[in-house]
Amino acid sequence: MSDVQEKIRNLVTTNPVVLFMKGTPQFPQCGFSSAAVQMLKACGVKDLVTVDVLADPEIREGIKAYANWPTIPQLYIKGEFVGGADIMREMYQQGDLQKLLETAVA
Amino acid sequence: MLTAEQIKNYIMQDLSCDYVAVQGNDGQHFEAVIVSPQFAGKNMVQQHQLVYKALGEHMREEIHALSMRTFTPEAWARTGNEITSER
Repeated sequence: MSDVQEKIRNLVTTNPVVLFMKGTPQFPQCGFSSAAVQMLKACGVKDLVTVDVLADPEIREGIKAYANWPTIPQLYIKGEFVGGADIMREMYQQGDLQKLLETAVA
Repeated sequence: MLTAEQIKNYIMQDLSCDYVAVQGNDGQHFEAVIVSPQFAGKNMVQQHQLVYKALGEHMREEIHALSMRTFTPEAWARTGNEITSER
C-alpha cells in the first residue's frame, strides 16, 4: 500500500465520520460538497472531520483509487465508504443516513 | 462539447439498460437516471461504480459533474414509472 493510501486509511479509521470534499465546510468549492456538509450538519454530526482535496493533490487522486470512486465528495463512516453526494441524498431522504450516523458516534 | 446523448451512449455501450435518461446541456453538468437488471443484488455504491466504470476515462477527463439515480427494473417499477420503449 502506498503512503497516500496508508494515510487515507489512517484518516478514515481513526475518525468516526470523515468527508473528503472540495473546500471547507465554511467555504465549500463545489455544490455537491456543500450539499454533503449541509446534510451531515442536519443529521447533527458534531465531530465531523473534513479533508479538503483541493489542498492536497496526492489525496485528491489517491482517494479516487481508495474506494474505486472517481468523484468528490466521499463520505466515510467508521472506515467504511458510504457514498458520494447522490447516495448521501438518497439515504438522507430515507432516514438511513441519520441512523447510520447515530450508531457511528454513539 | 460533451452532450447528454453521448453520455447516454457511453453508459449503454457497457451496461445493459432497460432505460437511461441523461439531462444537461452545458457540457459539464449532467443528471442521469439509469435502470439496469445488472444492478440486481448490488448496493447503491456498487450500482454507481458500474456506471462510473462504463464512463471510464470520460468521467476523469470530460465530465465535471454527474448526478445519478440508479434503479433495478423492480425498484423502477415501484416508483410508478413505466419502462418505455426509449433505449
